[in-house]
Amino acid sequence: MTKKIYTKKEWMEVLKGLADTYKIFVPVRDGDFHTFKALDETKIPDFDFKNTQLSPKSLVYPQSERMFEYTLDENAPDANIIKESKKDYSPQAIVGIRPCDAHAFQIVKPNFDNPEYQDPWWIQRYESTTFVGLGCNDPGSTCFCTSVGGGPFSEKGLDVLLYDLGDTFLAKALTDKGETFLEKAQGGKEADEKAINAGEGLAAGAADKIEVRVHTDKLKDKVQTELFDAPFWDDVAFACINCGICTYLCPTCWCFDIQDEMVGKQGDRIRNWDSCMFPLFTLHGSGHNPRSKKVQRVRQRFMHKLKYYVDKHNNGVQCSGCGRCVRNCPANIDIRQICELMNVEC
Amino acid sequence: MLEYTEKIRETARKLLEEGKVDVFIGYKKGSVPMMNQPVLISNADQVDFLYWDSNCGLNLCNYLTGRTDRIGIVANGCNSRNIVTHITENQIKRDQLYIVGIPCKGMIDHRAVQRAVKQKEILEIKEQGDIFTVKGKDFEETFNIKDYLQRNCLVCTHRNPVISDEMIAPPVEEQIEVDAYKDVKEIEEMDPDKKWEFFTRAIDKCIRCYACRNACPLCYCPTCFVDESKPQWVGKSNDSIDTMTFHILRAYHCAGRCTDCGACERVCPVGIPIRQFTKKLNKDAQELFSWEAGLTLDQRPLLDVFRPDDYNDFIR
Repeated sequence: MTKKIYTKKEWMEVLKGLADTYKIFVPVRDGDFHTFKALDETKIPDFDFKNTQLSPKSLVYPQSERMFEYTLDENAPDANIIKESKKDYSPQAIVGIRPCDAHAFQIVKPNFDNPEYQDPWWIQRYESTTFVGLGCNDPGSTCFCTSVGGGPFSEKGLDVLLYDLGDTFLAKALTDKGETFLEKAQGGKEADEKAINAGEGLAAGAADKIEVRVHTDKLKDKVQTELFDAPFWDDVAFACINCGICTYLCPTCWCFDIQDEMVGKQGDRIRNWDSCMFPLFTLHGSGHNPRSKKVQRVRQRFMHKLKYYVDKHNNGVQCSGCGRCVRNCPANIDIRQICELMNVEC
Repeated sequence: MLEYTEKIRETARKLLEEGKVDVFIGYKKGSVPMMNQPVLISNADQVDFLYWDSNCGLNLCNYLTGRTDRIGIVANGCNSRNIVTHITENQIKRDQLYIVGIPCKGMIDHRAVQRAVKQKEILEIKEQGDIFTVKGKDFEETFNIKDYLQRNCLVCTHRNPVISDEMIAPPVEEQIEVDAYKDVKEIEEMDPDKKWEFFTRAIDKCIRCYACRNACPLCYCPTCFVDESKPQWVGKSNDSIDTMTFHILRAYHCAGRCTDCGACERVCPVGIPIRQFTKKLNKDAQELFSWEAGLTLDQRPLLDVFRPDDYNDFIR
């Protein structure tokens, strides 16, 4: 696989040159936060960041997505016929995605793409995306990727991995998609052994910087109903204000709601992100709500991520350890502590 | 304000041991810097969880709605005004509450501190009197708390509780001659297009997580208008018109009730200046009706009274 080295200045030019082939998304500083934006003349990529405030999941799975459209105008030849809306699946690349966020796409994949169900829109946009990761030289104190099957230089879900070597980026292709990307990334030179060794040294050092260890080893063997009835949920849920910050910032939360919206006789069928923290999430047409209480909703979020997913997919927890919910929960509900509570031996 | 911690613990212990309250609501030190957690304790041996410093930003009044037990609760100026509002709006009864008053010097704006250290990661914060020190991996900086207060705290004129059963310390000096509405006046002077642009830009990052609404003690409706589905009032996508509808309508629902506690703005994960939606209404309430929310139990809420002798011509 190709390994190339670019000066940072050169890399910025390379990205501009790739604009003909891909829609390039890069981290951009916007006020207090970094966010992924489509690269154009007005955007300055900034790769000196811990992570973006919002995860890049919306680039594959938009917060609001028009699925179908229809007209109820009886005079129209296609009256009352629902048709798939046009969508853009032209190639895109997320450059600078952190390994935890790339891993997150692998965690959600079994939900959107499995032998039983295939979500055509998620799959097509996922397949049209090249994931160009940037390893974390200096992981944050709320990061715990190494506890959940990832790492600051994990290659899971990535097509290319970038190592920040100071004045240069070492770019390592990991898949055929990644090879194609680096082929089109004009310039740079073949990486020498010194650069490769430097990259490997960085990666080894970075993993050691993550001191937080969250234990998940016993979750699989727990009895679902016992965890469900565990005595700690009331205490855990007390402070929660039931907002959608944790679920909307989370790269592995995938739930959505489907809505029809009409203007005159023209209608759109839209799917929007939804959150298990909201009472409406489970409200039945009858008016009954099986999760009408806050404690039930809080429990659901953690049971889904740390128990139901574990049992169903046998592939670890539904969390990539990015730490966004830990940093941003206004009530300081900390998934690391709750995971420990759930993992303790009964 | 760290020195209040011990006194809060003592008071809570006494109240729980003497059976004057069933539960006590306060804050616990958070697991990340500048983020304390609301906590409920029901046993005197848990009082050591209780904590107070300048990072108690969520409004505890939120946790009172619909409770039927006897509750001890810490309350600074704005929280106490929300408790008054809760009582006058029949969300809790006065005799259920034992209010432990906190003379407040203001809460730290965690985002401003982040900016001051150029977004480097803060691993620890230590408060000492009127200063605080933040530490990271390769830096340590000390600041005056008063230079890093939340924007609502900078213009607060009710730092002391308006209602309490016991005070944790003597009252602090109130801020006088603050220009509470300087920012609102700037917006008032804009022409309509500019105003629209200001508010449109303000919400363009909104992700409809409703943290502002849920952090607000005024937003206790069993079903919020955005969650109504029969009929549905507001679209649920991130379409800017629906998002604007949410923010403007929510602000109007807070008219004459908002105490400018700043919780909405503090919790917003994308940094929207949400107080700008409610502050104009606070200003109007003050200018048109000489009204500030939650100052006394003797008055009905501003917008649920009609007086034939109202001094405003337009309403008679």
